[in-house]
Amino acid sequence: MDLAEDMYKEELLEHYREPQNYGEIKDTDVKYKDFNPVCGDEIEIYADIKKGVIENVKFTGKGCAISQAAASILTEHIKSKKIEDVKKMSNEEVLELLPIKVSNLRIKCGLLALKAIQKGLLIYERKKHE
Amino acid sequence: MIDARKDFPILSRKVHGKKLVYLDNAATAQKPKQVIEAIKNYYENYNSNVHRAVHQLSAEATDAYDEAHEKTANFINAEEEEVIFTKNTTESINIIANHFARTLRKNDEIVLTQMEHHSNIVPWLNTAKITGAKIKYAEINKDGELDLEQIKKLITNKTKIVALAHVSNVLGTINPVKEIAKVAHDKGALVLIDGAQSVPHMPVDVKELDCDFLAFSAHKMLGPTGIGVLYGKKELLENIEPFNFGGDMIKEVTFENASWNDLPWKFEAGTPNMAGAVGLSAAIDYLKKIGMEKIREHELELTKYAIKKLSSIEGVEIYGPKQRVGVISFNLKNVHPHDVSSILDSEGVAVRGGHHCAMPLMKLLGIQGSVRASFYFYNTKEEIDVFVKALAKVKKIMGA
Repeated sequence: MDLAEDMYKEELLEHYREPQNYGEIKDTDVKYKDFNPVCGDEIEIYADIKKGVIENVKFTGKGCAISQAAASILTEHIKSKKIEDVKKMSNEEVLELLPIKVSNLRIKCGLLALKAIQKGLLIYERKKHE
Repeated sequence: MIDARKDFPILSRKVHGKKLVYLDNAATAQKPKQVIEAIKNYYENYNSNVHRAVHQLSAEATDAYDEAHEKTANFINAEEEEVIFTKNTTESINIIANHFARTLRKNDEIVLTQMEHHSNIVPWLNTAKITGAKIKYAEINKDGELDLEQIKKLITNKTKIVALAHVSNVLGTINPVKEIAKVAHDKGALVLIDGAQSVPHMPVDVKELDCDFLAFSAHKMLGPTGIGVLYGKKELLENIEPFNFGGDMIKEVTFENASWNDLPWKFEAGTPNMAGAVGLSAAIDYLKKIGMEKIREHELELTKYAIKKLSSIEGVEIYGPKQRVGVISFNLKNVHPHDVSSILDSEGVAVRGGHHCAMPLMKLLGIQGSVRASFYFYNTKEEIDVFVKALAKVKKIMGA
């Protein structure tokens, strides 16, 4: 198969064009914005937490197809998951979720949403302890 | 047509099974075998430290290193002692920004433009932070050109330094640096030109421009990475304190004190990039053989051709003025520049996608980034055809 068609499979592009969980949650527990400074991708993630479980999660953002589709796919995946499990998610696990094999040059795009949610959860927990 | 491709080994390689079409020359240029051979020859036959020992190898290396200064000086119509070898354009600018960080006062002003590369903004932010001096930005119009009338108002008796790109790395705009230098000098300000995107592509004459400082890099003009140039007028450089301190930049050292070496060595502390200098020499020889006028002409023709082809694609928006160098920034409607670049790459076409180290300019243009195709004299119209055809593939895949 063609390299580009391999990278931009229809399944990925569907998530890009019509992302799941796109939008804001007002007055929520987790709100964190992260960037890829090199390419200018940005993802802001919002999550409601109840008893250590992600009850609802949404995101907004701008960027390439891979970063935005990955945010759509990841938010679907972590809904109803324990925050402990989300904090432990590895890069490989997230890349596995994507319908494409992400080339080395684009890995940061694929992982931006994970970075945002994990940092957001850390801040949420730190605040809770205070 | 310039028949040079056979001299560039990398241009015959394949990328993802396709012929390489290298259109990222504003980032770095490819190297002809003459440059690669010169560096190899240096390491195989006369590698040794310069300006120190009296043995034969050192004499040969010193001759070659000094000759590189001489050739570089000739190339930009400067004197030999006015040419300092640095690491790159960024370091060259930092040397001057650092000088001003030590000498500016609170009410002094620095004038930059809105189209500067980060390398000609960030050092000055630091200078302003240290001294309390104020930075003012010359504005660009919707075509990405400076307004000379506005600049005339912006530069006042408070202005001490005007630092600007000769050519924009994003828009390809060629700035009227000679006129701006005149305005600055009338107000008693000095002028630094970032020549990273001009020196490789057109004749640049420091006496003609009457600039006080000029910064550029070897790697964008066929030379190796790791060596750049700072030109400065002799009488100015003599009164500027060194930036790096150590060996070779001194005249006499005691436990308590040191005095500085003559120009340009005062600014070249430690063992310099000798192989880099040899490579830069060979690059200049190569460029001179073709002729800078001819290079400019060829790139102008390529650029015209590319703009015509790109303009005929629906959804393509091109940024920048009509008169430009071989740098074209554009966006394809509803497709992120990185996705464009990735798909072009799958066709062997190397372009840059992103903010091009000019985030404030991107913000001004109201975009997150752009795709940039940039040419050198070894590029051909056939390559532009491949590039344009690959854009059609981007549109097909992304449904744009």
